[in-house]
Amino acid sequence: MTYAALTLASLGTAFLLLAAVGVVRMPDLFTRLQASSKAGTLGAALLLGGAAVFFADGPITVRLGMIGVFLVLTAPVAAHALARVGYLAGPPDGSSVDELAGRYGDDHRLD
Amino acid sequence: MSPLVTTWLTVLLVLVAVAMVLAFARVVLGPDLPNRVAAFDLATTAALGLLTLYAMLLDQPMFLDVGIVVALIAFVGTIAFANRLEEDLRP
Repeated sequence: MTYAALTLASLGTAFLLLAAVGVVRMPDLFTRLQASSKAGTLGAALLLGGAAVFFADGPITVRLGMIGVFLVLTAPVAAHALARVGYLAGPPDGSSVDELAGRYGDDHRLD
Repeated sequence: MSPLVTTWLTVLLVLVAVAMVLAFARVVLGPDLPNRVAAFDLATTAALGLLTLYAMLLDQPMFLDVGIVVALIAFVGTIAFANRLEEDLRP
């Protein structure tokens, strides 16, 4: 049982490390957000799952599940808010398609 | 807890710490505020991972309550920063 927990925790650590490497190595804000929000959330969720298996206790599992659900709900919202601000500050250069070009008015709302 | 489990958890702790250092490298490098906030968000996720691993290592589930608070503060902080940055961009 402990080894199942350690395996889950190791996977989570690997994903967190990958997310951090992505944040350092990726070329612009949007690709960095892609790396950090997806891989980071999965890594943390796997770590929390590992802890749930490790402790194997009802109340603790509920608490870990709460953190996990909260993380999965909030990480995309935060990444979206940041990407939106990043786009408003300056659209990505070097991308071949920009479907939002000219669609944001002065009030920062889509037409 | 067997020595193998303790060693394994310590190694994982170090690896997550490395992830946190890498995230902070992006906070230092920038180049602008949205990048820094994004990297800091990842650093807080890594902090949550550190707390979880530490709770396992010390067999102290109490650290998980700290994790709840860290996750909450990180989200509110990121949204607040995003809002502020957007206000600054408004004409």
